[in-house]
Amino acid sequence: MASLKPKAVEQNITRNPLKWFDDRLPLVSLINNSVGRNFPAPKNLNYMWNFGSLAGIALVIQILTGLFLAMHYKADVALAFDSVQHIMRNVQWGWLIRNLHMVGASFFFIVVYVHMARGLYYGSYKSPREVLWGIGVIIFLIMMATAFMGYVLPWGQMSYWGATVITNLLSVIPFVGDEVVVWIWGGYSVGDPTLTRFYALHFLLPFVIVGIVILHIWALHEHKSNNPTGLDLQDEKDFIPFHPYYTVKDIFGLGVYLIAFALMVFYAPDYLGHTDNYIPANPLVTPAHIVPEWYFLPFYAILRAIPIKELGVVAMFGSILILFVLPWLDSSRVRSARYRPLYRSLYWVFLLNFLVLGWVGSKPPEGIYVLIARFATAYYFLFFALLPVVARVEKTRKLPKTIDEA
Amino acid sequence: MAKPSSKPTASASDVDADRRKFLVGTTAAVGAVGAACCAVPFVGSMAPSRDVAAQATVDINLSEIPEGEAKTYLWQGKPVFVWHRNAAQIAAAKAGDTTSTMDPEPDAKRVQKPEWLVVLGICTHLGCVPIRNDEVGGWRCPCHGSQFDVSGRVIHGPAGTNLHIPPYTFVDDNTLRIG
Ligand code: HEM
Ligand code: FES
Repeated sequence: MASLKPKAVEQNITRNPLKWFDDRLPLVSLINNSVGRNFPAPKNLNYMWNFGSLAGIALVIQILTGLFLAMHYKADVALAFDSVQHIMRNVQWGWLIRNLHMVGASFFFIVVYVHMARGLYYGSYKSPREVLWGIGVIIFLIMMATAFMGYVLPWGQMSYWGATVITNLLSVIPFVGDEVVVWIWGGYSVGDPTLTRFYALHFLLPFVIVGIVILHIWALHEHKSNNPTGLDLQDEKDFIPFHPYYTVKDIFGLGVYLIAFALMVFYAPDYLGHTDNYIPANPLVTPAHIVPEWYFLPFYAILRAIPIKELGVVAMFGSILILFVLPWLDSSRVRSARYRPLYRSLYWVFLLNFLVLGWVGSKPPEGIYVLIARFATAYYFLFFALLPVVARVEKTRKLPKTIDEA
Repeated sequence: MAKPSSKPTASASDVDADRRKFLVGTTAAVGAVGAACCAVPFVGSMAPSRDVAAQATVDINLSEIPEGEAKTYLWQGKPVFVWHRNAAQIAAAKAGDTTSTMDPEPDAKRVQKPEWLVVLGICTHLGCVPIRNDEVGGWRCPCHGSQFDVSGRVIHGPAGTNLHIPPYTFVDDNTLRIG
């Protein structure tokens, strides 16, 4: 139990108002300890470490722009499509707010993918950061659910058929699958009840993510950031205070990010979207070629690579859930891929393979594409299966003693 | 009872451990049942509402479907294919009894009258609407490439089961009622 002894408390509110307040509610201390002067960060972090704070800002951008969209959007199958067009044409600055939200979702995923790839490369998932990593995977899952439901809201053809295909994935649940799907729909097909509940959840889930992000950062502070060498840092001279060193570096990164973001928002807002979503939803006609948003493509490719429905669904969910057990699959004690030649090659092939999955996921499921998807799916899982073996046979490079030696 | 201890916290000897364990256990159990009961209305509220669940029926005028062709109708928000099969198509469906082995089912079991095939137009993989496939004479699904024959039986994955058959009756020679 914490000490119950009274601390020296500032009594005079005018002498030092900030200290007076902090002594009563240590908000300033909390910030200082989390992202300020009192938070020690390894001194050798590279730009890959910018993406965590960028993800946080991307989340804030989604919440802000979403809130203003919500003031004009109508979650009713008869009105939804037109209300989005109304936002685009009539609402003052509506086009900008929607483009920010739409492109913001894509950029959010780019940032989170880089963030995850960083963790995979530098072994940030290894002890003692398994829980930190697991919380990250949970955030990723909720983010996917949020984006999926958001994409249903404009009620275009892709919205409707994407919703149909994805909700039908749950029909493979043994015995009660079909009942579960009807329950999720609130009807016998995707329809008005579905749209309304997706809207409610799409509004709620980002705030759930905010809560889980706080846990994520809490877990981070327990053992501090990993670093490019992957070494355990003990020495005080290995650290520098987060503020001003990394606050400034993060702000610089943010500037670069926002420039790219603005270019996309203003010059190519629909580049990553699908024109079919500007056709109102029609339950009688499936578009000739339906594809999910780009950030789901690799997993969609895995789903389609396997010709048996149940197995395909299991493989698709498994490809994400396997990340939870990654810390136990990879038993090598060396964290950073810098010192793991074999792991490093497998890692780069894995990343390339992931891009191939994304590309083939955007192609029709026929001919050569099916074959490519199968090989790529096989390697995706092979990578994880090999990790325990790699840990045993790999001859790692000699680790430096300290950061300075590296 | 032991005499009251001077410390504010109860000492171990004051406690009837079995009795406490029992009370904690039963309280937790009652609480859990209560929480489960509270979930019922919330979970239930998401199921189809009464108006949606009311079995809607659709009547179809069969004379508007020329022989050899199929039309699509909407029933409970879902597409239904009604196919007026001609003699050649019926023969092909019979022949399929031996070749469609993924989910074997004789054509005779899938129709009430051989010239009328009535199936849900929903791919049994993940729910897209299949489109006519003139090569095989049935349908193929634009989403992930499943194929169905002249009787709506699956002949190519990823779907694993035949197109479903909705409940229907022939009201008279010219009217089909779905539902
Ligand atoms: C994790 C954060 C979020 C993600 C990844 C996300 C993603 C998306 C996506 C992909 C769309 C479809 C864009 C389109 O094609 O039109 C969308 C639409 C929408 N979102 Fe979000 N969103 C997030 C947070 C929020 C929040 C917090 C709100 C409300 C406060 C919100 C409100 C809306 C509304 C009203 C729409 C429909 C209008 C439209 O389609 O442009 N979103 N969201
Ligand atoms: S939904 Fe028809 S093949 Fe997947």
